[in-house]
Amino acid sequence: MRQSGSVRRFRGADPVIAWLLLLPAMSLLALFTHYPAIANLVHSFYSTPRASHPSKFIGLDNYRNLVEDPVFWQALVNNLWYALGTIPASIALALLMAIWVNGRVKGRGILRLAYFTPTILPMIAVANIWLFFYTPEYGLLEQFLGWFGLAGHNWLGSRDTALPAVMVVAIWKEAGFFMIFYLAALQSMSPQLAEAAAIEGASRWYFFRRVTFPLLMPTTLFVLVNAVINAFRMVDHIVVMTRGGPDNATELLLYYIYEIGFRFFDSGYAAALTMVLLAILAAAALLQFGFLERRTHYQ
Amino acid sequence: MSTLRASAGVAPAAGRAIVLYGRGRTGRALETLGAWLLGILWILPLVYAFWAAFHSSADSTHFTLSAPWTLANFVRAWHAAPFARYFLNTVLLVTMVLGAQLVLVTLAAYAFARFEFRGRGVVFALVLVQLMVMPDVLIVENYRTMTALGIKDTILSIGLPYMASAFGIFLLRQTFKTVPRELDEAARVEGCGPLATLWKVYVPLARPTYLAYALVSVSYHWNNFLWPLIITNSVESRPVTVGLQVFSATDQGLDWSIISAATLLSTGPLLIAFLLFQKQFVQSFMRAGIR
Repeated sequence: MRQSGSVRRFRGADPVIAWLLLLPAMSLLALFTHYPAIANLVHSFYSTPRASHPSKFIGLDNYRNLVEDPVFWQALVNNLWYALGTIPASIALALLMAIWVNGRVKGRGILRLAYFTPTILPMIAVANIWLFFYTPEYGLLEQFLGWFGLAGHNWLGSRDTALPAVMVVAIWKEAGFFMIFYLAALQSMSPQLAEAAAIEGASRWYFFRRVTFPLLMPTTLFVLVNAVINAFRMVDHIVVMTRGGPDNATELLLYYIYEIGFRFFDSGYAAALTMVLLAILAAAALLQFGFLERRTHYQ
Repeated sequence: MSTLRASAGVAPAAGRAIVLYGRGRTGRALETLGAWLLGILWILPLVYAFWAAFHSSADSTHFTLSAPWTLANFVRAWHAAPFARYFLNTVLLVTMVLGAQLVLVTLAAYAFARFEFRGRGVVFALVLVQLMVMPDVLIVENYRTMTALGIKDTILSIGLPYMASAFGIFLLRQTFKTVPRELDEAARVEGCGPLATLWKVYVPLARPTYLAYALVSVSYHWNNFLWPLIITNSVESRPVTVGLQVFSATDQGLDWSIISAATLLSTGPLLIAFLLFQKQFVQSFMRAGIR
């Protein structure tokens, strides 16, 4: 369809060349993505090798432990709340930021910089800063609340506020990142749409609700999938700020896998936990493929 | 022609201004206020870290504007941990990963964009799996693999799982597909083989995509933490993110001013690069996002 006959003749060895070109990348992908995913499934049916007991097949025992492990359930529930709390908030803020920065607000270059800067900094470093921010007595938040006589709360140290406190950090870190995608979409939008709406006398909110937002739908879906992945992937700030505490209040799935696998060295159980995380990511993948499909229809 | 286009260009802009700000000055002022409040809120934690890093620990929590500025925290932080070595490790890691990625991704993207072979769709789907099942999640098994390979606790072991990047292959494949086939054919008529065509036609035309991908990759691997934390165990291989955590987790005798200084120190090169090349960074992230 696309190839003329003359070019075809130059490509007698096409498939061989193609496979050779793919070989280096595909072998690394096989070794560090496909193999570990499958090996993980297999290892989740085996016990953790110990000095006195070598690894042996134990069927579904790891999964049985998982079902009976209250910390796992807490981590899962925490992670779902974490996703529910961070995803809509960071997407809404990202959209708001993009509209502001795309408009004619004074100093939009500086604003864009301010919104975007958290994105390029390491989570581990900004988590240190936020730890300081939340510190009882000395922290900026406590000092600020002190002016209103509201101080005296240990934000990261109490069960009720620890998870929301780390969620705020995630929203702060991600909103500027998602803003970029909205900004790119807004900039590719035809200004004639706004012009037409102005002639019709449409209000700005109406224009946003009926024109801008529907047109941004593919971007929103793309950002949504990324946000879901990040909600289950990003646990660096947990390591710095709470280590899953207090009393497992900020235990997230990947952090729990890290604890089980590398602090308690129970690799069999960690493999079972990883399967749960992979299942969640697979669900996100299905969402993504559905979305990619739809997107091609748009174009 | 050009004047025509220029005058036509004015009208939509003016029309847009009517829509955006037709509701009067109050609305506009409120929005500017909101945008700036949010901007200040967003930058506040960084300003706070700056303040603490450049003041003595006694002054770091009291915001007296006349408090003396000092560099002592940076000096103490620099001497308290082998940051120079950590920086070297990070630079080596980022360079190695990016170099390998550029080669592997270019070759694979070329195969997917311009070759017909049986099983292409399946192999491409196998590549896309990595967009969801990232190395960040497969820590338990990859640790096992690195142990088996005997390269645990090396800079190579940090970077290896990320070198074949599905995101890069996808991004570059999209770009390669936009290269006109006539250019490809012309190169071949002149006697170029597949690799020479790739190098002389495709790579130069994809330069903006390469820049975008490089900036995204560098900032990702400069910032990566969990996997390097797991796989490294010595000063010789730790990148700066892990070094910072090791440094600030042993909190006995360290105060916030020094931790803030160390934090700024570890993010410094990236932050400065970002401030200098702000436009390229933002455009690169935009370009990488539109797929």
